[in-house]
Formats: sequence, structure tokens, C-alpha cells
Amino acid sequence: MRILIEGGRVIDPANKVDAVLDVWIEDGRIAALGPQPPARQAPPPDRVLDARGKVVCPGFVDLHVHLREPGREDKETIATGTRAAARGGFTSVCCMPNTNPVNDNQSVTEFILDRARREGAVNVFPVGAITKGQQGEELAEIGELVRAGCVAISDDGKPVMNAEIMRRALEYAGMFGIPVIQHAEDLHMTGKGVMHEGLVSTELGLQGIPAASEAVIVARDILLAELTGSHFHVAHVSTAEAIRLIREAKAKGLHVTCEVTPHHFATTDEAVRSFNTNAKMSPPLRSSRHVEALKVGLKDGTIDAIATDHAPHTVQEKEQEFDYAPNGIIGLETAFGLTMTVLVEGEVLTLNQAIARLTSEPARIFNLPKGTLSVGADADVTILDPTREWVVDVRKSASKSRNSPFHGWKLRGEVLATIVEGKVVWELEG
Amino acid sequence: MGTGLKRKDLLGTRDLSPEEIGLILDTAISMKEIASRDIKKVPTLRGKTIINLFYEPSTRTRTSFEIAGKWMSADVINISTSSSSVVKGETLKDTGLTLQAMHPDVVVIRHSAAGAPQILAGLLKASVINAGDGAHEHPTQALLDLFTIREKRGTLAGLKVAIVGDILHSRVARSNIFAMQKMGMQVRVCGPPTMLPRYMDRLGVEVFSRIEPAIADVDIIMMLRIQLERQGGGLFPTLREYSKLFGLNLDRLKAAKQDVLIMHPGPINRGVEISPEVADGPYSLILNQVENGVAIRMAVLYLLAGGQAAAN
Repeated sequence: MRILIEGGRVIDPANKVDAVLDVWIEDGRIAALGPQPPARQAPPPDRVLDARGKVVCPGFVDLHVHLREPGREDKETIATGTRAAARGGFTSVCCMPNTNPVNDNQSVTEFILDRARREGAVNVFPVGAITKGQQGEELAEIGELVRAGCVAISDDGKPVMNAEIMRRALEYAGMFGIPVIQHAEDLHMTGKGVMHEGLVSTELGLQGIPAASEAVIVARDILLAELTGSHFHVAHVSTAEAIRLIREAKAKGLHVTCEVTPHHFATTDEAVRSFNTNAKMSPPLRSSRHVEALKVGLKDGTIDAIATDHAPHTVQEKEQEFDYAPNGIIGLETAFGLTMTVLVEGEVLTLNQAIARLTSEPARIFNLPKGTLSVGADADVTILDPTREWVVDVRKSASKSRNSPFHGWKLRGEVLATIVEGKVVWELEG
Repeated sequence: MGTGLKRKDLLGTRDLSPEEIGLILDTAISMKEIASRDIKKVPTLRGKTIINLFYEPSTRTRTSFEIAGKWMSADVINISTSSSSVVKGETLKDTGLTLQAMHPDVVVIRHSAAGAPQILAGLLKASVINAGDGAHEHPTQALLDLFTIREKRGTLAGLKVAIVGDILHSRVARSNIFAMQKMGMQVRVCGPPTMLPRYMDRLGVEVFSRIEPAIADVDIIMMLRIQLERQGGGLFPTLREYSKLFGLNLDRLKAAKQDVLIMHPGPINRGVEISPEVADGPYSLILNQVENGVAIRMAVLYLLAGGQAAAN
């Protein structure tokens, strides 16, 4: 199938391209980029997408999503989660292993990849567990996981609390050159906490989780990264203190990377005042001091990637008392809009930098052959209108779940079409 | 809707205006008179149905809500969740909807999770009264505390209060802080640093971690119960140490004003945070608080559900 994406502003940060160019797709790959059609005689394209006045960029890469399959297909499946990804402009997602059963062995990895091949709308890269059952005690068969297709390991949902196990995991993973992703929190400090420890938690009488809970683990693991020389990646960084530590680690040349979620830079702990359980996540929404530090971290490159931590939960689970509701919100479909509205319009990042944080940077740090529009690369392409205003309607989400605090928000920046390996997997009507 | 309070629910003192607080306190004056009658019955809430939905144990609050409703001729139903379908796993939402289907006029809820009354208030047509939600708010307690102080001192503005104890986990402290500040009182909190929430000073409250300076020249000392279960959990080592450092006894009282008033929301741990001599002493208002709790709860029920009937 031949597709021509005509007249769009092509932004490809990996190749430092920002120009109005036609994009030619053939056999699932980028065939050519150019103002003129290829020289050789060729049949007309099967499909022409008019991208004049729009932005054409590599498909987004999300390093952190929860697809919930196997085990919690009531919340989401690989099919529905990847459809939500496509709607959000994501063409590749890394899915976390806290499924049921946990992805700590090759058979679960193979199940996920098989499901993704048959029913997935976008590319799925599984993340395997660090420890068996994510119990934090014994290493999982990381070699087998990598051989089966895992691109990273994590016990996400939980931290690896035991420093010795974390050290050995980093050392062992070093054999394969894969990142070890830490959900950084000290469970003892977090305790029964349900929101950020700050003025709002003091007023509401809800148990707070101090910023130090995240920072102490980041500090510890940076030292372990230094000891082992392996790649240490901080999931969903949320605190000023962690950003400071990561900045210093990078300055020392340590192989430390991190990601931030849109909800952490778009909203604060004030959102909890109404006891809205869609403001409950882990790590929690922080106070504005931390949000400002995240923006500084995005601007100066301390934060490598924007990753959604898309975490679907059923309506009845979120409709509980704040203390009992599970942590997390969906985020694939609002990520670009929030990035544009809060970061680009907020002059924290330029459009190019924002696209880099969603494409070339996540792909680069995880060694994924994605996130570029190089000739010969997989034709994973997203077409955007960075100025179009739209109102978030969570009822129209492709996810099975509806847990988003952004319902009703007016955002600027909409995904118009998403192409995976040369196939249009989603396009906006009209 | 209530005759005086232009709101459906009472969920906390944080969003009450000083005028609303004044109205509740003034209404409680005439309600209190009913307790001294031979026949403690007025028809004010005749035909109204009040459900007390208590997810946590309670002596004072539940009994005083029940008495308050019954003295005003309401039909009062008590549900203690340990003997309800909650033990079968029924959710708060379903419990609320189930009760709603039986058309109560008022639901009084006590729950260990902050925000639970908000959930019910959104679901029910009935007026919802928060009888304590987690560590968040306990508005009728703060209101009866203010009533007790005003009854003794004639005024509220300008008075200084020291609240001593586990402020971090105290809904009584929070509701009192919000209400007292609205009425022009100066509030101090005191406790070990592990039990003082951060940023209290940003609420306009003076923070102390030693009791002697905290209680010097205050008009009222409010002691909070130290929860025995929290011992050894990293917040304080033993009751013995807590009592030595923060317990109120006659000796410590020497640091306070001569005519200082002593309060405690109850239940008290005799000999731990408060010595028996102080609890039973002449300046203790602890039992006045209990007595006034009935009057305040009568006032709140009347102002939320009273319709056009006036107290006799």
C-alpha cells in the first residue's frame, strides 16, 4: 500500500528536520521525504492524506502504559488499550508487567506479544518484571524475558525496596543493556498515604506521602547505577528533589534517565480537595513547587521523555471512598493535548522539543527502533493539528475505562490521524 | 431545606460562615432549655426520619444524635455497620442508594474514610451530617466546643486556645481550628513533631512541640485523646513517655492561667493525656461539652430538616 502525506510541516527531531515536505510511505516503511515525487516511474498512491497546515511527525512512543491483559480485562485489554493509544497519536507503547499473572516469565511475554500481533492497533513492547511475582525477593529470568521480547524490566506498581536486589538487578540487566525502571517510593514512608504530604493534606486530614519517599529511593538507586554502570530509569518522576538528584547524576555522566506524566505537569494536589478519586495516583499529584521543578526539568533536558502511565480502572473501583480507591488514571488520549496546552503554550518547551520528548527521546533511551521518519524506518506517523481546540469527552474514549480528571477540559492540540507500519489505524472524523 | 441554614448538608466547619456558626450556637441556647424540662419532648421534627449510619464506634456522638432526634419527636434509626450488609461487602454508594430509597430526611454518618460524607451528600436528597470522617472533620464537635466556651466566657473573639495531642490524626482539631479562626479566636497546637502536620503555620496557627509554653497564658486548653494503637508505630515510643512530656496534670497546670478552662472531646485516657484530678477538677468543661452536644445536635437537625415548625 502506498500512502502520500501531502504538504505537512514535517517535524522529525531525530533527524533535525522541520520543513514542509511530502511523506511517501510504501510497504509499511518511509519510502521518501521530499518536495517532489520520487524520480522513478511509480503508480499513484493508494491514499493521499492532505496535511497542509498540519504537523507530521513520528508516531509517539509511550514508555509506560498498563494494558491490564492478562488478568484484568474488565479494565482494559491489549485491543482497547492500543486503540486508545492510536487515538492519542501513539504508535508504540511499552506495557508494564503488573498483570495477572505477572509478566515475569517468557510465556506471559509471548502471550502479550501474540495478543498484540492479532488484536493490537499499535506496536507493543513488553516490559518484564525485575523480580518473580514482583515480590522484590528473587530475580525473574531476565534473560528469558529479553529473549522473548521484553525491552526493559520493572516491578512497576511497586518499588524494589531491597537495595541488594536492586543492585543485582542492575548488574544482571547490564548483560543485556536494558534499562531497569524503578517506581521510586519508599513503602515505609508512604505507609497508608493517599496524597502528597503538604498544605492540602494537612487541611484535608488525608494521610500524606512526603516527596522524600520518592527522593530517598532515587538517591539510593543513582548510587547503585554508579556502582554497576547500568542504565537506571526513573518512572513517573514527580518531585523537585528527585529532579535535582537526576540532574546531578547526568552531569556526572551516569546512565540515568527519567520520564514524566502529563498529569504531573498539568495539575497539582489542589485537585484532591473535592475528594475526586481521579486525582488519586501513585506517585501522587504534588504541590505547585514540584510542578514548577518538573517544568524546569523538562526545559533543561533533565527529563528525557513524556510517558502517560495510562492506568485504567473500572468505574466501581474508582467510585469508592478516597482512601479505598485504586491509584491511577487513563492518559493516552489526553497526553498530546496537555503537552501542547501546558508545556508548549506555557512556553516551557517549543513544539519541536515537545515532539522530541514524545518520539525520538523515549525511543533513544530505550533503544527502540522507532520515533523517527528516516527513509527506510517503519512508517509510524502521527498527523497533528497543534492549534486546534477541543474539549475532552471521556465518554468517547477508546479505553474500556473512564478514570480521567480531564473530562471537560478545553485543550489545544489534537491528533488527526495515526499510522502504524503504513496502515492508518485511526483518524479523526471531519 | 432548613429554615435558617441555606444548605442541604453539614459536612464540615471549613465552609461555614461566621454567621452560620452564630446561628447554630444561638439556636442551641433554646434547644438546651428542653433538657431541663420534666417532659423532654417537642414536636419540632415530628414525622421526620433520621438515620444514624455509624461505620465507627461511638458513645457520645451517636447517643447525643439519637437523643436530639427523639426529643424533637423524629423517628430515629441507628445502623451500626458491623451488623449490616456492609459486612457482606456492600459499598458506601449502594448503602446510600438503599437508604435513599426509604426516604430519610437526614442521614448522620460517621466513617473512617475522609470524604465519605461528601459521597453521600452527592447521592442523597436527604440532609447529610458529618459525624466524623477519618481525620478530616467533625463539625458538630467543634460547634459544641464553641458553644461551651461561649457559654462560660460570654464571648469567643480574642480568646486563646491551645489544642494538645495527636493533631495529625485529629478531625476534632481540624474542625475546631477552622471554626475558631472564623470566630476570631487565636489557636495554638502542641504535640510531638511526629504528630504535628506540616505547614500548620500557614493556616495561621502557632505551633509548639513543648506543652509548657503552649499552655502559658491561654484561656482554654483542649486535650486530645492519644490513640493507644499508635504507640510504637514511629510516632511516639510509649504512653509513658507521651504522658511525661505532654500529659496535663495539676503540676503542669501551674504554667497556665489561674482560671484556664480544660476541655476534651472524649473519650479520655485517664492518667495518659489528662490526669484524673484535672479531668474531674473545677475548671474542667468535659461534661458540659457532652451536655451541650445534645443541644447543638438538636440545633443542627432543626436548622437542616426543621421545615416551618418552631421549637416550643
